[in-house]
Amino acid sequence: MTKVENNKAWWLVMPVFLIVAFSAIIPLMTVVNYSVQDIFDPYTRYFVGTEWFKQVMTDSRLHDALIRQFIFSFTILAIEIPLGIGVALMMPTKGRGASLALILVAIPLLIPWNVVGTIWQIFGRADIGLFGAMMAKLGINYNYASEPMHAWLTVVLMDVWHWTPLVALLCYSGLRAIPEVYYQAARIDKASRWAVFRYIQLPKLTNVLIIGVLLRFMDSFMIYTEPFVLTGGGPGTSTTFLSQSLVQQAIGQFDLGPAAAFSLVYFLIILLVCWVFYTTIMNMQKDK
Amino acid sequence: MSNDIPMTRRTEQHESITDATYTQSAPQAPVFSHAERKAKHAVWRGRIGLTVYLILLLMPIYWLINMSFKTNTEILSGLSFFPQNFTLENYAKIFGDATWYMGYVNSMIYVSMNMVISLLVALPAAYAFSRYRFVGDKHMFFWLLSNRMAPPAVFLLPFFQLYSSVGLFDTHIAVALAHCLFNVPLAVWILEGFMSGVPREIDETAYIDGYSFPKFFVKIFIPLIRSGIGVTAFFCFMFSWVELLLARTLTSVDAKPIGAIMTRTVSASGMDWGLLAAAGVLTIIPGILVVYFVRNHVAKGFALGRV
Repeated sequence: MTKVENNKAWWLVMPVFLIVAFSAIIPLMTVVNYSVQDIFDPYTRYFVGTEWFKQVMTDSRLHDALIRQFIFSFTILAIEIPLGIGVALMMPTKGRGASLALILVAIPLLIPWNVVGTIWQIFGRADIGLFGAMMAKLGINYNYASEPMHAWLTVVLMDVWHWTPLVALLCYSGLRAIPEVYYQAARIDKASRWAVFRYIQLPKLTNVLIIGVLLRFMDSFMIYTEPFVLTGGGPGTSTTFLSQSLVQQAIGQFDLGPAAAFSLVYFLIILLVCWVFYTTIMNMQKDK
Repeated sequence: MSNDIPMTRRTEQHESITDATYTQSAPQAPVFSHAERKAKHAVWRGRIGLTVYLILLLMPIYWLINMSFKTNTEILSGLSFFPQNFTLENYAKIFGDATWYMGYVNSMIYVSMNMVISLLVALPAAYAFSRYRFVGDKHMFFWLLSNRMAPPAVFLLPFFQLYSSVGLFDTHIAVALAHCLFNVPLAVWILEGFMSGVPREIDETAYIDGYSFPKFFVKIFIPLIRSGIGVTAFFCFMFSWVELLLARTLTSVDAKPIGAIMTRTVSASGMDWGLLAAAGVLTIIPGILVVYFVRNHVAKGFALGRV
């Protein structure tokens, strides 16, 4: 669609700009302000330049958290995207069953994140939870509170449980947009199930899959509440991801300067990835 | 053929629509081709797969519901799929205590406020993005989206200070405004997708017919993107309802969300598992209600109006 050039449109965007600026620019400036100062109390502060940034860049705890974060994000993407596509392909397309499946699949998305943590905290315990008890029956001494591997398994499982529905619903909506004629043509050509998927469904899913990967990457990069409730970042620091180490530093130890510098670096990483995805999406839409 | 004759006779007897369709499809039944049978197998495999997935999906939730009807002694004494001594005591505790149920009220208030604010500001902006080119439009759009990507943890402390300094700390509107940080960009993005699906000619015709912009927008345009607005409201609800980190930081007593109140179940004498489970179950219900209302549009909405 061709758009008309009109700078008066700014008046329509103004309310959004103001409301988001209030919640975004002022706090961001505060963070920038903190990141270059050493603060003892509200009246005593010194300008320290880039010292906090240097400290953050060489902090091994943060490096570990960053590595854990990337491992976590890629693990859940590798599981959730194929699984989500699979679920979307299996969902019925019309009738009562379709609505029912849609509602049931969407349920985990609408549960408050701390309750998601609680659900898995209960479900994974060997004494009162079904999953933990089943693992115990299999002869595994399952305890996510003391075994790092078990903690990881539970956190990943929880995230897959929580967010695969988003990918599935995205893909489902992508599949609904494919005209019936495509399938008829495929039937006439006697195309195999795999060929239908590979040459008809997957290309049509590209757009929604990019949105899905983008949302899942960003949200998993900011994950805080669920692992906080489930494992508290433990055992040790084995499931402490970026957000949590940031909150620990800022509120737990009240190291405002380093925490602010860390925030900025963290935000820049996300922004960079976001920009790459955004440019990709925009270029793909241009190609069409 | 022998199958065919009684069928036709039956349609003659009562000419209902169901019988007519029955006769049309019945004679085909014995002559399934190989491909059709294969397709039917695929459908069944899909249904079985989906059922298995849904069972796994609902099992943790079922476990929570199951537990919410048990007493603590029963929870700790062993596993069972059904409560042995069915009790409503946990729910009674929540509904009988204002500090508990006000948590739900508080959450509802700030979520509704956030929905209204997000929609009000996002509607005109999305229209501008979908119809006009203006200086800095692309940068503005990207900047908005980048806020959706900002980790709440980054803004935790500055938010606390900002809202304290303007005297909004521990009010519902503070949480609603803070949630605008990620909900407004999302609302603009979804609505822009839906609005771009409405042809420009409609706008132009309305202007020629003498509609002013506000009148056209409210009377003609908004009804056209009704489903888009419903879906946007759903998403605003969803992300505001599930968020806890900011909501907890910006409140202390008067506007405390249910998620923060739930931590009270941890006490010196151990966890009150039954109460925790009951509180959890009650937070799931609003979500199910909301998704039920938008179920027919939600598929399109999940692609953010872009399929």
